[in-house]
Amino acid sequence: MKRKLETSEMIFKVISYTFLSIFALACLYPFLYAVSASISGGHAVDYGEVVLFPKDVQFEAFARMFNDNMFWNAYSNTLFLTFYGTIWALFVAILGGYALSKKRLLFRRFFNFFLVFTMLFSAGLVPQYLNYLDTKAVFNAMGITDDKWLVVIAMGMAAMNIILLRNAFEGVPSEIEEAAIVDGATEFQVLKKVYIPMCKSTIATVALFFAISRWNGYFWARQMISNSNEHPLQVFIRLRLEEFTDPEAMTGWNEIYSSDSVIYALIVCSIVPILIIYPFIQKYFAKGVNAGGVKE
Amino acid sequence: MKANAADFLIYDEAAGVYRANPEQLVRDDVEKHQWKHVALTIAKDWRLYLMLVPMLLVFLFWRYLPMYELLGCFKVSDEVKPVADQLFSGFSYFKRLLVGGDSMSTEFWRALRNTFLLSFYGLCFGFPMPIILALFFNEIRSNLVRSTCQVLTYLPKFMSTVIMTSLVTMLVKQGSLTTGMGIISQALHSLGLVSYDVANAGLLNNPDFFRAIYQISGIWEGAGYDSIVYFAAIIAISPTSYEAAQIDGAGKMAQMRYVVLPGILSTIVIMLITRIGSLLNIGYEKVLLLYNTNTYVTADVVSTFAQRYGLQGSQKGLAAAAEMMNNVISMLLVISANTIARKASDTSLY
Repeated sequence: MKRKLETSEMIFKVISYTFLSIFALACLYPFLYAVSASISGGHAVDYGEVVLFPKDVQFEAFARMFNDNMFWNAYSNTLFLTFYGTIWALFVAILGGYALSKKRLLFRRFFNFFLVFTMLFSAGLVPQYLNYLDTKAVFNAMGITDDKWLVVIAMGMAAMNIILLRNAFEGVPSEIEEAAIVDGATEFQVLKKVYIPMCKSTIATVALFFAISRWNGYFWARQMISNSNEHPLQVFIRLRLEEFTDPEAMTGWNEIYSSDSVIYALIVCSIVPILIIYPFIQKYFAKGVNAGGVKE
Repeated sequence: MKANAADFLIYDEAAGVYRANPEQLVRDDVEKHQWKHVALTIAKDWRLYLMLVPMLLVFLFWRYLPMYELLGCFKVSDEVKPVADQLFSGFSYFKRLLVGGDSMSTEFWRALRNTFLLSFYGLCFGFPMPIILALFFNEIRSNLVRSTCQVLTYLPKFMSTVIMTSLVTMLVKQGSLTTGMGIISQALHSLGLVSYDVANAGLLNNPDFFRAIYQISGIWEGAGYDSIVYFAAIIAISPTSYEAAQIDGAGKMAQMRYVVLPGILSTIVIMLITRIGSLLNIGYEKVLLLYNTNTYVTADVVSTFAQRYGLQGSQKGLAAAAEMMNNVISMLLVISANTIARKASDTSLY
C-alpha cells in the first residue's frame, strides 16, 4: 500500500516539474530571444541563425535608437501620461470610493448603480470616439492644445478600481472614524489621517492597476493624439513596427544590423523599466486578483 | 412597522392632557417635506457629497455622454452635423446589418461569429490552463523553485498588448528574398507542422492560423497570472484533509479527485460563469494589432468591424449599431452570469 502511494506521487511530481519548467521557459524564451536578436549581426538575424545566444554581437541597433530623439520624446510622453494619469485617477477614485463606502450617503444605491452600469454596458468605439472629439474641441477652446491632457483627464478611469477601494474603506471599523470626529476632524482629515493610512496596500494595488493601464495605453492615444511629438512609447513602437516590417520599405536597407534588430531593441528598451520594478510590485499585483471576487 | 399609540401621543401628567410626541412631529415633518430634508442632510454633510463630484463628472462626461451618441444608430450619419440635428432613419442600419443580404451583412455576421468563436475557444483552451498550472504549482514543495516558476509565468502579463503583439508578429513573420522567416515559424517548419511555403508566407497572413496564434499568445500572456486565484484556493485547503485522505488510503489521483477538486470547485465555477458572461466581450486591441486584410475571414470581430467602418471609414451610424447589438447581448450575458453566480455561491462580481 505504502509503496503504491509513493509511486503515484513520484510520477505526479515528475510531471509537474517537467511541465512547469517547460512552461516557465516558454514564457521567458521570447524575451531572451528579443535580447539576443537585438544585439546580433544582420545576417545572423535575417537568416534565423540566432536561436538563443547572440551571434556576431553589435550594438548599432541600440545606438541607432538611443540617438533617435523621437524615441526619448516618446519615453518622456509615456512617463508624463503614467505619472499624471495615475495621480488624477487615484484622486478621483479615492474620493469617490470613500464617499460610496459611507452607509449614511443618500442615494447610495443609485450612485453604486451609476458606477456598475458602466462595467456592464459600454457605448462602443464609435460613440466614444465622437465623444473624445467633442472633448478635444472643448479642451482646445479652453486653451489646452496639448492632447496629452485629454488622455490624462478623460481616459483610463475604471469602475472596478473604485469598487475595490470602496470595499477596502468599508472594512475600516467605524469606531475609529467616530473617534476622529469626536476629536474635531473634518471629513477630509478623517480620510487623509485615518482611511488612507489604513488602506495603504489596497491603494497601492489600485495605483498599480492605473499605472499599468496608463503605461500600456495604446489605442486611444493613437486615435486622439494628432501631433506625433506627443505620441507615447506604445504608439511609437507600433508605428516603427509597421514601418520596419513592410518588405517594400525595407528593400534599401543596408546596415550591418538587421531591421528586425531595431524592433527587438525597442521592445527590450520598453520592457527593461518594467523588469526593474517588477520584483517590488509583484506582490501587490497578486493581491489585487484575490480582491477581485468581491461580495456585496 | 406597526403604529403604536405612544408614537403619536404622550400623556403630560403635570397638565393632565395628551400632547403630540415631539419625535413624531419630526417624523411627520420629514415625511411632508422630504426634499427639504434631503437638501438639509446634504448641506450638513457637504464635504462627503463634494467628494463624489469628481467621480460623477468623469463618469458622466466620458461614460454616459457617449451613450447619448448612440442615438446616431437611428439617424442618417453626417460628418458635420451633431447627432441631435441628424435626420431620423429608424432601424435601417440594424435591418441592413441583420438581414441586408449584401456584403455588409455577411461581414457583420462573420464578425459576430468570430467574436463568439474567439472567446469560445478561449473558454475551451485558455480556461483550464491556469487550473492545471495551479495544481502543478501545488506539487512543488521547494519554495524557491515554485516562486521562480510563478514569477516567470506572471511576467508576460506585465507586457503591454503592443509589446506582446509586436513580439508575436516578429516571431512568426514572413520571409522574403533577403530575409528569413520568424524563429517560431522556422521551428514549426522544422518540426514538420507547417509546410515551408505556408511558414514563409507569414503565419499571420494565413487565416487558418489566426485563431491558434490568438489562443496560444493568450495562454502565454495570461495563464500564469490567472493561476494565482486558483493557487490561493488550493493552499487554503487544510493539510489535515490530505492527511485524512492518506490514512484512508487515497493515492495521489484520489486526493486530487476528493480533496483538491472540491476545495477549488467554487472558485472554478465563479471564474467559469464570469468567463461565459463575457463571451461577447473580447479585447479589440489585440485583434486590431494582430489582424490584417488577409485574415479578416477568421479574425474580424465586431469591435474591429466597427473600428474599420466607423473610425477609418465614415459609416458611423452603421458601425455604432453593430457594436451596440453586440454590447447589449453582452450585457444581458453578464447580468445573467452574475445572477447565477450569486445564487450558486453568494459570491458575485458586483
